[in-house]
Amino acid sequence: MPGIDFETVIGLEVHAQLVTKSKVFCSCPSVYGAEPNTMVCPVCLGLPGALPVLNGEAAAMAILMGLATHCRIAPRSVFARKNYFYPDCPKNYQISMYDRPLCEDGYLEFELEGQSRRIGLERIHLEEDAGKLVHGGEGGSLIDFNRCGVPLIEIVSRPEIRSPEEASKYLITLRQLLRYLEICDGNMEEGSLRCDVNISLRRPGGALGTKTEIKNLNSFKAVEMGIRFEIERQAGVLRSGGRIQQVTNLWDSTQKKLLTMRSKEYAHDYRYFPEPDLLPLDVGADRIEGLRAALPELPLARERRFREKYGLSAYDANVLCAEKRLADYYEEVVRGGSDPKLAANWVMREVLEEIKSGAGEPLSADAFAFKAPVEPRRLAELIALVSTGGISNSAGREVFKEMVKSGDPPARVVERLGLTQVSGEKELEQWVGGVIAANPDEVARYKAGKTQLLGFFVGQVMKKSGGKANPKLTAEIVKKKLEA
Amino acid sequence: MEELVQYSIFELQELYRKREVGVVEVVRAYLESIAARESSVKAFLRVFPETALDEAAKLDTKGYDGSALFGVPIALKDNLCTRGIRTTCASKILEGYRPPYDATVVERLKAAGSVVVGKTNLDEFAMGSSCENSAFQVTRNPWDEEYAPGGSSGGSAAAVAADLALASLGSDTGGSIRQPASLCGVVGLKGTYGRVSRYGLVAFASSLDQIGPFARDVRDCALVMEAIAGQDVRDATTIPEPSPDLHGNLEKGLDGLRIAFPSDLGKWEMDSVVKDIATRTIDDLIRDAVPVEGVTLPGMETSIATYYILANAEASSNLARYDGVKYGLRSGSESLLNMYEETRGEGFGEEVKRRILLGTYVLSSGYYDAYYAKAQQVKALICAQFEELFTTHDLVFLPTSPTPAFKLGEKLDDPIAMYLSDIFTTPANIAGLPAISVPAGLSPNGLPIGMQLIAAWGQEAKLMRGAFGLERMYRFRERFVRGAGGRGGRNAGH
Repeated sequence: MPGIDFETVIGLEVHAQLVTKSKVFCSCPSVYGAEPNTMVCPVCLGLPGALPVLNGEAAAMAILMGLATHCRIAPRSVFARKNYFYPDCPKNYQISMYDRPLCEDGYLEFELEGQSRRIGLERIHLEEDAGKLVHGGEGGSLIDFNRCGVPLIEIVSRPEIRSPEEASKYLITLRQLLRYLEICDGNMEEGSLRCDVNISLRRPGGALGTKTEIKNLNSFKAVEMGIRFEIERQAGVLRSGGRIQQVTNLWDSTQKKLLTMRSKEYAHDYRYFPEPDLLPLDVGADRIEGLRAALPELPLARERRFREKYGLSAYDANVLCAEKRLADYYEEVVRGGSDPKLAANWVMREVLEEIKSGAGEPLSADAFAFKAPVEPRRLAELIALVSTGGISNSAGREVFKEMVKSGDPPARVVERLGLTQVSGEKELEQWVGGVIAANPDEVARYKAGKTQLLGFFVGQVMKKSGGKANPKLTAEIVKKKLEA
Repeated sequence: MEELVQYSIFELQELYRKREVGVVEVVRAYLESIAARESSVKAFLRVFPETALDEAAKLDTKGYDGSALFGVPIALKDNLCTRGIRTTCASKILEGYRPPYDATVVERLKAAGSVVVGKTNLDEFAMGSSCENSAFQVTRNPWDEEYAPGGSSGGSAAAVAADLALASLGSDTGGSIRQPASLCGVVGLKGTYGRVSRYGLVAFASSLDQIGPFARDVRDCALVMEAIAGQDVRDATTIPEPSPDLHGNLEKGLDGLRIAFPSDLGKWEMDSVVKDIATRTIDDLIRDAVPVEGVTLPGMETSIATYYILANAEASSNLARYDGVKYGLRSGSESLLNMYEETRGEGFGEEVKRRILLGTYVLSSGYYDAYYAKAQQVKALICAQFEELFTTHDLVFLPTSPTPAFKLGEKLDDPIAMYLSDIFTTPANIAGLPAISVPAGLSPNGLPIGMQLIAAWGQEAKLMRGAFGLERMYRFRERFVRGAGGRGGRNAGH
C-alpha cells in the first residue's frame, strides 16, 4: 500500500530520579557516583526482616510534580509490589504503585512552532529504583546496589504525541518542569531521567495499531532519532502488507540504531498486590494546599509574563526561562534598575556565554546551581553605566570580563582601566582635529560628498582615545568641522 | 539448682532485688536444664552457653537495676534476626546466614536486661503447625516425646514447657504462637496487629505476622509483652502508641468483663476433651456470674480459606528474595535461570514450595480478582463483624486448637488436615486482634489443652486480665506442673 500516510501515536513513560537527601524507604544517602555497595543498608538491600518506611520528602516531591502538571492528587494512594526476578532487584519485587497511583489525569502544556499543545498525563506514581548490573568483569556480572531505593517518579503520558519533534519537546518541557521544581536534575546521560517510548501507526481516524516499545533512550537526540527510525520501520512493514509484531527495541547509543530485544509474547505477569509493609499514603487537603502554595511560577507562565511585562521576544523569553535560577537572576538584574530589554541582552550574551565557556560549571552539572559570574546588582550597575553613556558598549564588555575575573564592582573596574568615557568638548575637539589633519585625502572625499566616511573618522578618534571617546558626541563634532 | 528454674519472672525479679540469687547462677541452672533435656526435646537450633554466661556476669557486676526482664533467660525463634548470629528460619536456603542487625524485639529484650540462651526450632519460614517442616531437626513435645510440640513456633513453646528458658518469643501468622502454647501447656500471646514491631522478623505474611511471647503464666507473659511492644519507627505498620501496661490490673481478672463464645461449638470438628473443657469453662463462668453469651463467631466459616490465600500470596512475594544472588545457599551455575531454579529447588522444603506455588497462583493475572481480591473483601467483612461483636462484649472465648498434640508424623502427609487445625486461631490474625492461649487441662493421655481468648483491637490489657481470670480458674500449673514436682513429661518417663 504505497503512498498511504499514517498517523503516529506515541506515548512516553518517563522515570525521574528525585533529588531527596535520603532514599525513598530508608535513610541511606541518595547520591550518584559513590563506591559500589557503600550506600546501602538492610532495608535497601532487601535483607530478610527489613521493612520500608516512606520518606515524606519523596512523597512531597511527587505531589509537587502532580500539581505542576494539573493532576488530581489522590487523597489515598496505595503502594504495590511489582514481582519479577532480576538480580538488580534485591527483593525480587519493586515497591511501586499500581491501581491507586498518587497523581492522575493531568496534562503537560508547551508551545511548538507558535502553537500551544497539551499532552494528557495518565498518571504519576512513586516507586523505588533498582541497582545496577556491571557486566563483563572477569568474575562474571557484578551488582552495585547503591541506586537501590533511590526514589523515582514514573510519569505516564496518554498516547497523544504525534511526532518525533513533539515527543522531544514534551520531554524537554518535562525536564524543564522537573528542574523548576528542583526535584530532579534531568540528566539523561547519567540516567536520572529515563524515557521509554510506546509507538504505533494507524490510518488517520482508524483503530489503534499494534504498539512497540523503545527502551534505553539516553538523550533527547536518541528519543527523536529512535522514534523516527521506528516510524519508518513500522511504515515500511505496513506498506509492504506486513503486520507489526509487539516487540521491545533497545536504542544502541554507539551505533545509533535500534536493536529488537524480545517478543512481548513472554510478557511478564507482575502479580501486583498492595504492599503490606507500608500504610496507604494519605494526603490531606491541607498538605496539598501547602504544597500548591510552595509551587514556583511555572516556565510557560513565566515566559508569557516576560513577554508581556518586559516586552521580550518569544525567543528571548524562552531562553531566559529555560532554567528557573537563570530567570530569577534576570529578574533581579531588572529589579536592580536595568531596562528589561538591555538586561535581557546582557544576560543572554555576556552572562550565558561566560557560564558556557568559562571556568564555571555548565548549567546542568550540579543539580540546580546557577553560578552567576557576577552579582545581579553589579550587572545592573554596569548596564546603567553603559546606558547613561558613562562608558561605551564595547568598554562595557571589557569591564564585564574584568568584573568576572576580579569580582570588583563596575565603577572600580572602570576607574582602574581608565575607561571613563570622555565627553568633554575640548578634549574631543582636540582628537578630532588631529584625525582631520592626518587624513587629508579622506577629508577631501568627504567634502566631495562621500559622507559615509563619517564612521571612519569616528573610528579613528575612538582608536586615538583608547576607546574612551563618546562616539555620539565625536560624530557630531566631526560633522560640524567638516561641514562648516 | 533445679529449684531455680521453677521461679517465674515475677518471682525471680524479687530474688534479684533482694540479692538472694545472681544472674550467673540462674543462667547456669538453665544451661544445666538444657544439658539434661535438650538432646531429646531438640527445641533449639543453637544454644549460646558462653555468651549467655558472659551477659549474666555483666548483669551481676552491674547489679539489679529494676529493668523489666533483668536476668531473665530467654529463647528466640530462629526467624528473628540477631546481629552476627545465624538466623536460618529452619531453612536450608538461609543456612549460615548472619544478619548484620538485631530485630527491634531483640534490641528491646536486651535493653530490658534479658539474657538470650538460644534460638529455637520452627517450621521452615514459620509455615506449619507441628515444627516438622524444619529442614534441620524434629522438636518433640516435652509432655510426651512421641508427640509434636505444635507449630510453627514449636521450639519456643517446648523450650518454655521443658524449663529450657524462662520465656521465649515466637511469631504468629495463623496461630503459630497460640497453637504450640496450647499443645505444650504454656501461655502464648499474639498482640493486636501492629502492637509489636516486625522489624527483623523474617517475613512470612507481612499483613498477618506478629511477634509475641511464650511464658509459664499470664503475668510473665504480660511482662515480656510490655518489654517488646510499642511503636517502632522502623515498622510503618506499628500502632503509634507506647507499650501498654498489661500487668498492673491482672488481679481484677474477669471482673466486669462480658464474654462471648461460639454458640455452635458442637458444629466444629474437635476432640471431645477439648469440647468438654470449653463447655465446662462456660459453665464455670456462668456459675461465677460472669456475663457470657453464645454468639455466631465471625470468620469461622471463611477464615481458613481467607488465611491461606492472603498468607500464601504475601509469602510468594516475601520469599522471592532467596535466589542465590546475595546470601544463603547458591546452587546452579549454568545460567541465571539455572541458578534461581537450582537454589530455590534445593533450598526450600516441600511445604514452602507448596505455599509459594499457591500464592503465586492466586496473584496471577486472571485469578487475582477471584482469589486475592475476594479474600481481602472477606477480611474486611470479618473485621467489621468482630468490631460489631465487641460493641457488646469484651472478650471472645473459644478453644485454641481442636485437638491436643498429635503424634509426630501423623499429619505430615495430609496438609489439608494440618491446615484445618488452624480453624480457631486464624480469625484473630485475619482481623488483626489480640489473642492468647492459656493452659486449661490435660487430655486422658496427659497432653495439655489450651483455651483461647480474643479481645477487641488494641485491648491487650483486657485480654490479659481475662486470661489471668481463666488461669486462676484452671490452676494448670498448680495441678499439673508445680504440684507434681515438675513437668508432666519429666516424670512420666516416656
